[in-house]
Amino acid sequence: MTEIGLGHYLSLGAIIFFLGVIGIFLNRKNIIVILMSIELILLAVNINLISFSIFSGDILGQIFTMLILTVAAAEAAIGLAIIVVYYRNRGSIRVEDIHGMKG
Amino acid sequence: MIIHTIFFYFFSVIAIFSSLMVITSRSTINSVFFLILDFISVGCLFIMVGAEFLGMILLIVYVGAVAVLFLFVVMMLNVAEQKQSWFIGKKSTHIPTGLIVSVLILLELLVVVGGWKYKEDLMSSSTLLLSNISNTHQLGLVMYTDYILYFQLAGIVLLLAMIGAILLTFRERIGVKKQSYLKQISRSPSNAVELIEVKSNQGVKIDD
Repeated sequence: MTEIGLGHYLSLGAIIFFLGVIGIFLNRKNIIVILMSIELILLAVNINLISFSIFSGDILGQIFTMLILTVAAAEAAIGLAIIVVYYRNRGSIRVEDIHGMKG
Repeated sequence: MIIHTIFFYFFSVIAIFSSLMVITSRSTINSVFFLILDFISVGCLFIMVGAEFLGMILLIVYVGAVAVLFLFVVMMLNVAEQKQSWFIGKKSTHIPTGLIVSVLILLELLVVVGGWKYKEDLMSSSTLLLSNISNTHQLGLVMYTDYILYFQLAGIVLLLAMIGAILLTFRERIGVKKQSYLKQISRSPSNAVELIEVKSNQGVKIDD
């Protein structure tokens, strides 16, 4: 209990991943919060990669973490640009109002 | 070692609490603030566990750029009135399915963590962690040599994201006077300047 091992970090990553997924499913009002939940999920993946990298003694996981950080930043920029354009055209970004594809 | 335990629980409790608040807080701006708190505490965890460079990158890139970008968009779009309320108003049909799927994902991940054993020296690797040089130094030694292709591909991804964001949000404004460089540099003196010999007591008649 007092010794922090790999399992503790993996459990932290699992819980944050779970909160991100539940945020995507349950949030029906605001699409920006969905983007933030995706950021949470990517953060959980980064926690997993870094803890494996440290505890197995291999630097490779940290390099993949850096690539994931890059992709997450690009994804946030593109997603927010799409949201801005959508708000400019429709005047609302509520999830309930976005049903143009009848999905 | 007891210090490590105390700090781990401190930062992870803050991280879990703030990620809970990101998805449940009533206004979007509060969600962004809790997202920043989440990034900071996870960055502290990274620094604590020994990945200093990535912890600092998380603080700089995520807190300094991505979260501020979220803040800008939330402020520009005037979504302050659009409070998110889950259980008030029209019931969503997605909530039971979403809950079941999310809880199943959590259970699966915890089962994997609980029943998993690390086997020593399972894979041979050429990028083992060394103790005599710093984390940043070692990351640079591997990233700029063996993984230079991935590094440059990441740069291309960022470039494409920048071009895409500019193209998406660009809009031609009507009625705004702008400088036209092509028109300026394609003017020649022959059709721009006219030399007139002025006669005495007659002046010059300027057409148009």
